[in-house]
Amino acid sequence: MGFWRNQLSGPTNPAADAAWDRHEARKGFFTDTSICIGCKACEVACKEWNGVPEDGLDLLNQSYDNTGALGASTWRHVAFVEQTSDRIEQARESGRRLVALGMPTVRGADQLTPAETPPAAAAPGPTDPAIPDMRWLMASDVCKHCTHAACLDVCPTGALFRTEFGTVVVQDDVCNGCGYCVAACPFGVIERRRGDEGHESTGQSHGISIKGAPSGGSHQNPPSYAASNGEVKNVGIAQKCTLCYDRLGAGQTPACAQACPTTSIKFGDLDELRATARARVAELHDLGFSEARLYGVDDNDGVGGTGSTFLLLDEPEIYGLPPDPRVTTADLPDMFRKAGYAGLAMLGLAAASFVGRRR
Amino acid sequence: MTTNPFDADRPPERTRRGKGQRRSDQNGGGRRRDESLMVPDVSFDSYYGRHIVKPAPWGKEIAAYLFLGGVAAGSALLAAGGRALGYPALRRVGRVAAIGAATLGGGALAKDLGKPSRALNMMRTVKLTSPMSVGSWILTAFSGFSSLALASEVTQAVTERSHGGATRSGGSALARVVRILEVVDGPATAGAALFAPPLAAYTAVLLADTATPTWHESYRELPFVFVSSANLAAAGLALVAVPTAQNGPARKLAAVSALTETLAFERMQEKLGPVLSEPLRTGKSGRLLRASKALTIAGAVGSVALGRSRVGAAVSGIALMAGSVCLRFGVFEAGMVSAIDPKYTVEPQRQRLAARRAAGVVDDSITTAR
Repeated sequence: MGFWRNQLSGPTNPAADAAWDRHEARKGFFTDTSICIGCKACEVACKEWNGVPEDGLDLLNQSYDNTGALGASTWRHVAFVEQTSDRIEQARESGRRLVALGMPTVRGADQLTPAETPPAAAAPGPTDPAIPDMRWLMASDVCKHCTHAACLDVCPTGALFRTEFGTVVVQDDVCNGCGYCVAACPFGVIERRRGDEGHESTGQSHGISIKGAPSGGSHQNPPSYAASNGEVKNVGIAQKCTLCYDRLGAGQTPACAQACPTTSIKFGDLDELRATARARVAELHDLGFSEARLYGVDDNDGVGGTGSTFLLLDEPEIYGLPPDPRVTTADLPDMFRKAGYAGLAMLGLAAASFVGRRR
Repeated sequence: MTTNPFDADRPPERTRRGKGQRRSDQNGGGRRRDESLMVPDVSFDSYYGRHIVKPAPWGKEIAAYLFLGGVAAGSALLAAGGRALGYPALRRVGRVAAIGAATLGGGALAKDLGKPSRALNMMRTVKLTSPMSVGSWILTAFSGFSSLALASEVTQAVTERSHGGATRSGGSALARVVRILEVVDGPATAGAALFAPPLAAYTAVLLADTATPTWHESYRELPFVFVSSANLAAAGLALVAVPTAQNGPARKLAAVSALTETLAFERMQEKLGPVLSEPLRTGKSGRLLRASKALTIAGAVGSVALGRSRVGAAVSGIALMAGSVCLRFGVFEAGMVSAIDPKYTVEPQRQRLAARRAAGVVDDSITTAR
């Protein structure tokens, strides 16, 4: 039973679970958003290396963002958030609460209530840097390469697979475009690529739709130059970051990490990256930036820890990341059980309807 | 305009097509101006109101399949009951409906694929963690048994009509086929009936095993709603197509299934809570589901009260089928709404995170301070 435990949730080694006998260290990213400058070199490098088609050059008129969200043709997405001082205060405050949660020896988690924690403005620590009038948050988002990847688990064809590096990759020649992975991903990363010949001829793709906007999404990219020339490959097929599987196999760094000019995107063995991340967040806390926090380093979270980890400066939903993602297949045994009961109920109902006098 | 010598090497300007309108493109690479791009007011935090999880890229075909699969499953059960207990018309209609709806449903599924030419890739593996893989095999097995049952039904009808048993006793190839089909008739019926409940129930798991908030969180009750809806649709079809002398089981099935569905749906809404059940109550999906409830109750009452009249039975049957269609499209649509609006992703996740922290569990958050 040891093997079957933690197959659907909980901490585990995904490559070993996928029956790899080659032992490679699990690879991943650590994206330190505190030093991201929003240059989008990662987006460009990714497109260049992986042959990902252009998917929108126009700015969204909301920020300096022009791709909106991760999607079939956006495997790295740089988010831009402009914040004023009150919002920065809130972020610092929520970070302080998080620090308090993480130290139950100093302060019992059960005693912690929002009212108890000192308001940011009232009690800035002696080393706390002053809160600026405004700031820009910039963060390069990417596929999380989850320990328990819902996309991989629900794929009916086996097109998605776990590599020896613990990452998750789509096989273009196997995927039949059922789209199940798209709905299953708790981070909204993977998407079916749309194009002229494929299924998705209408503007539903691109991961963009704004509440209250006309249906079909508000950001309707015009057909790209590449699309109109028939240069887009893999139309109708699920696409996402491969963590540059081809480069990893040759001992190279993924294109985005290689291109990042500020080392905001770090690539390496996951264990080392997590240590780096912890050191960095501790350093920022010591400098008084209590808003700094890590995302994805904990193996006990809803997806069993992620291969791509992040250092964020505000709540995850500010960056378009889910605050408490949970792999949907964790509940799958219970779902099948309930469906089994329902099936029996259906048989029972049908049988009952044949009981009694005729007609 | 051209001021840079490299401008000549640029790719041609793309034509910009808006939704139903053509914007002028006079200012070249100027910034887009579009009122719909204004940042909307959102009460919770999100990245410019964009969705976090992606909606399933599924078209109406999938919602139609939910209905057709239900019709097929329920009809197979009615056919099996009809065969065992002597309702020949019910058996005949059930068998035709089972394979007919399963075939149409399978076609709808294939059409919705990004690469329909690779539809058979569904069969290249058996994957228990993928409800879609499990469902593909259920549908395949069900269709196999159902087509055998229909083949037997057809040959029976043909032999009875033409020779009155003469073909059966002959030594021709046709006679051999007829004899084989007579033998497999029972197992085929039983096989179809055995795979019918999984066929009706797995579609609920299919929807629930996603990150779509309203679908996932309804996983405990949705299978019960879906199997009841399958029964109702099949009962409705039988009421339309079966003579009143033999529609007793269909009428009873309609009554008990309507009750089950209503109760399961109410419970589902209750368990989802005010936020996640909102898509079930409001908007287009809310209207569809209210219509479904009205049609289902009217159809069930009608089938019990008026089911002995041919017209009453047919009208009730149509109402029941329409109710099932509305339910499937309503649930489908509600899931889409819950995926597109980040509120349904962020708020419940924030709540459960806060609840766990309040209960003293602080080691299972994806956001950590170190």
